Amino acid sequence: MNTKSSPVGSVCVIGGGIAGMQSALDLADAGYFVYLIEKTPAIGGVMAQLDKTFPTNDCAM
Amino acid sequence: MLKHPRFVDMDKCIACGTCAEKCPRKVDDEYNEGLAKRKAAYVPYAQAVPLKFAIDKDNCIYFQKGKCRACEKFCPAGAINFEEKEERLTLNVGALIVAPGFEEFDPVQYDTYNYTSFANVVTSTEFERILSSTGPYQGHLARPSDNKAPQKIAWLQCVGSRDVNRCDNPYCSSVCCMYAVKEAVIAKEHSDVELDTAVFFMDMRTYGKDFEKYYNRAKDEQGVRFIRSRIHSIEEDPETKDLILQYVDEKGLLQTEIFDLVVLSVGLTTPKSLIDLSEKIGIELDEDNFAQTICFRPVETSKPGVYVCGAFQEPKDIPYSVMEASAAACEAKATLAEARGTLVKEKTYPPERDVSSEPARIGVFVCNCGTNIGGIVNVPEVAEYARTLPGVVYVEENLFTCSQDTQDKMKEVIQRENLNRVVVAACTPRTHEPLFQETLRDAGLNKYLFEMANIRNQCSWVHSKEKEAATTKAKDLVRMAVARAQLIRPLPQPTISVEPKALIIGGGISGMAAALGLAEQGFKAYIVEQSEQLGGNALMLAETWRGDQVAAQLGEMIMQVKEHPLIEVFTGATIKESSGFIGNFKTVITQDGKDSEVEHGAVIIAVGAEEYKPNEYLYGQDQRVMTHLEFDSAFKQTDERIKGAKTAVFIQCVGSRIPERPYCSKVCCTHSIRSALALKEMNPDMDVFVLYRDIRTYGQREKIYRKARSKGIVFIRYDLDNKPQVLQEGEGISIECLDPILDRKIKIQADLLVLASAIVPRNNEHIAQLFKLSLNEDGFFMEAHAKLRPVDFATDGIFLAGMAHYPKPIEESIAQAKAAASRASVALAKDQITVEGVVSHVNEVMCRGCGKCVEACPFGAVNLVEREDGKTVARVQEALCKGCGACAVVCPTGAATVFHFEDAEVLTMVEAALKG
Repeated sequence: MNTKSSPVGSVCVIGGGIAGMQSALDLADAGYFVYLIEKTPAIGGVMAQLDKTFPTNDCAM
Repeated sequence: MLKHPRFVDMDKCIACGTCAEKCPRKVDDEYNEGLAKRKAAYVPYAQAVPLKFAIDKDNCIYFQKGKCRACEKFCPAGAINFEEKEERLTLNVGALIVAPGFEEFDPVQYDTYNYTSFANVVTSTEFERILSSTGPYQGHLARPSDNKAPQKIAWLQCVGSRDVNRCDNPYCSSVCCMYAVKEAVIAKEHSDVELDTAVFFMDMRTYGKDFEKYYNRAKDEQGVRFIRSRIHSIEEDPETKDLILQYVDEKGLLQTEIFDLVVLSVGLTTPKSLIDLSEKIGIELDEDNFAQTICFRPVETSKPGVYVCGAFQEPKDIPYSVMEASAAACEAKATLAEARGTLVKEKTYPPERDVSSEPARIGVFVCNCGTNIGGIVNVPEVAEYARTLPGVVYVEENLFTCSQDTQDKMKEVIQRENLNRVVVAACTPRTHEPLFQETLRDAGLNKYLFEMANIRNQCSWVHSKEKEAATTKAKDLVRMAVARAQLIRPLPQPTISVEPKALIIGGGISGMAAALGLAEQGFKAYIVEQSEQLGGNALMLAETWRGDQVAAQLGEMIMQVKEHPLIEVFTGATIKESSGFIGNFKTVITQDGKDSEVEHGAVIIAVGAEEYKPNEYLYGQDQRVMTHLEFDSAFKQTDERIKGAKTAVFIQCVGSRIPERPYCSKVCCTHSIRSALALKEMNPDMDVFVLYRDIRTYGQREKIYRKARSKGIVFIRYDLDNKPQVLQEGEGISIECLDPILDRKIKIQADLLVLASAIVPRNNEHIAQLFKLSLNEDGFFMEAHAKLRPVDFATDGIFLAGMAHYPKPIEESIAQAKAAASRASVALAKDQITVEGVVSHVNEVMCRGCGKCVEACPFGAVNLVEREDGKTVARVQEALCKGCGACAVVCPTGAATVFHFEDAEVLTMVEAALKG
């Protein structure tokens, strides 16, 4: 296999929680095509279920 | 990849909710942890993205029994599609980022907690939902058995964590102490009565930035009780459903307490599905089923090109997950640097029409939003009314103004009718303004020639029972929007060029990792290090907690930095001055008395922190007393003080968690235990004691704590009221402390005393002033947002990494540094940055240079400058301005205003409102 061939400019991110979303945003904002894969009908992950977040008591949503 | 069908056409669904309303099937709502019901046609929660409904095939009556299709019949948009099939897709990608998260521990395994049989035993996530205003009790504190408000709540820590007896999770889940404290505090706030809250814990692990203060406040001010005890079992009073807990208190007495509700602080685990996924991808997991990584490469999996972040790497909180996420993006970007931009297309727009000399020709689009607006407000009447308003030349009503076909039509109408202002009366600009602005640009209009009237959220939704009044109000809102539309002007969106280079201040692990992260993506990095060599604090460290030799890894890193053609290092150098803004900074670096100026587009602050030098415990008076960094250096050189020691004592929290320095230094527990183990490995006969307050070996570091105990290292707890006494006695050092288990004073004769001294910030004032950055009250740099923007500063183009932010171990410093490199490269990857049109400006004739706006600006966008004529005035750096208007509010002369929200543009709406 020719390993010198130029790479593909896209990235697959598995998981649409807080980590997956941040990765996807950083990549897309810098010129990479991103496939964000999430198994539920909405992104957001566990953080969307939280009421407030420590230590600032900000609303998680 | 398998794409599951949603059975709802995403392009057609307008999220009106009719399908869910008509769906007859109720099922447990997983968003509310089964404490509430949802329909089989559903949207997971009100703010879901995408806000599109889905049909849950497993519960849908049509799929299960062959008939119903009520949703299809009633959907006004024709979006339901029962024929949708699952799709098998093959994606060709250059890199893979695995961020699948965790599953919470299922407490069913703790049979003596009776989670399934006692209604009032809930998990911590269930309690989050109980607290939430969108939860099962609308935010009213209530317990499941009888919906009554609890008066006494207990939290049981470490359920499914730090436990190898009732489950197989030897690790600490890292987040539960803090979330339990938070839940207790919020519950007290929500409660109408004086709520009694008790947290049963083993070690309180509030190790993160500002966590200890939060814990102290909860304990001392909010009255949350903290009881050091692991509860064995929960019993229920069958009549009242109250819960009975028994525990042994610190005095050794058996206590019985009755609680209305017990919250299980469940840990974080990797579910079976993720173990299978890892196998499919081909990445190694460790013995706890988290993705295998090493400290110097915290987001790289065992497979090249596959990166990991978040709780699947190790249990962790939100900010650190976000840091790792950006770090993983950095690695992927570096791997694919050559291919950047090859698969994305830039959108082009027709040239903007000059409307400056035209009278206003306003088009008004009134939306029914299905029945959301149309069911309450008489939309035809509002549309008719709009025609009578001055400047309006075109009006139409739409079922859904936001639908794609309406956008196409709107574009055509703008061009055909020669409109130069557009008003949409519909929902909220917060979600829909960008969509309509895009349509204006497609039609050749400046995007600021758009105005919205919110006749849904602020009208039909809140006045659903007063249809006539709602229609009148909708007319008022449209009249106000049209009045404003007369005055709004096109605004320029200037672009600024970007210098694709970064300046990194600090040449320790963080600074070097950031530089490498940028250079590997193809961006030039300058490192400015004040000492004569690269490496920082890590030069003194012996091992990481995982046991890697720091010197070898660090040496390799330093070599990579020195050899990389895109990295230029200035050692023995300081920053003299700096000016500019994102994309265009100019900084003067002083080295060997010589100044050189560099231009760069971004800045990364990685100045690190330093070890506190204690003034107690005989430090500086007896050479056998050393700090833990000194211990590492001595250990590496097999110093005689260490080699010959027979009894070693470590004292924790020296200078940390005390009133004058309230934060936890995070790394010391792990470091002392690692050092204690190293001593035991060197000499198994050595007696090793660790005097601690709480052992904070968070995450998988817990395993070395377990190992230390199994190796015979003795841990003795002390508290601030009974600090250890250290004296020189005869040949040795005597350490006296109170053993809380024996409740007796004990005395240890040691010949080596290691002080786990605090990590303190450097003198950061100079850098903070130079770049207009804030420091927190402990002296560490303050990030833009504690949770979601842990490496950004509020000022664009400046980023933060490593211990300048807060004490942290090597793996977290590297992750944060790579994250900073990723965030910086987002700015540097652009040829130019577009500045928003809604920015503030200062009328220099009216400005008297008082500087109030400079103080008020949270983004460092306003500066005082002296003009050539000697007058001092405020000037706005538009690239940094976010248009928040804080300057306009404080300006005493009215010189500062915000474009698009100038006085006339706002006041005309007030006048129009009063004319009704």
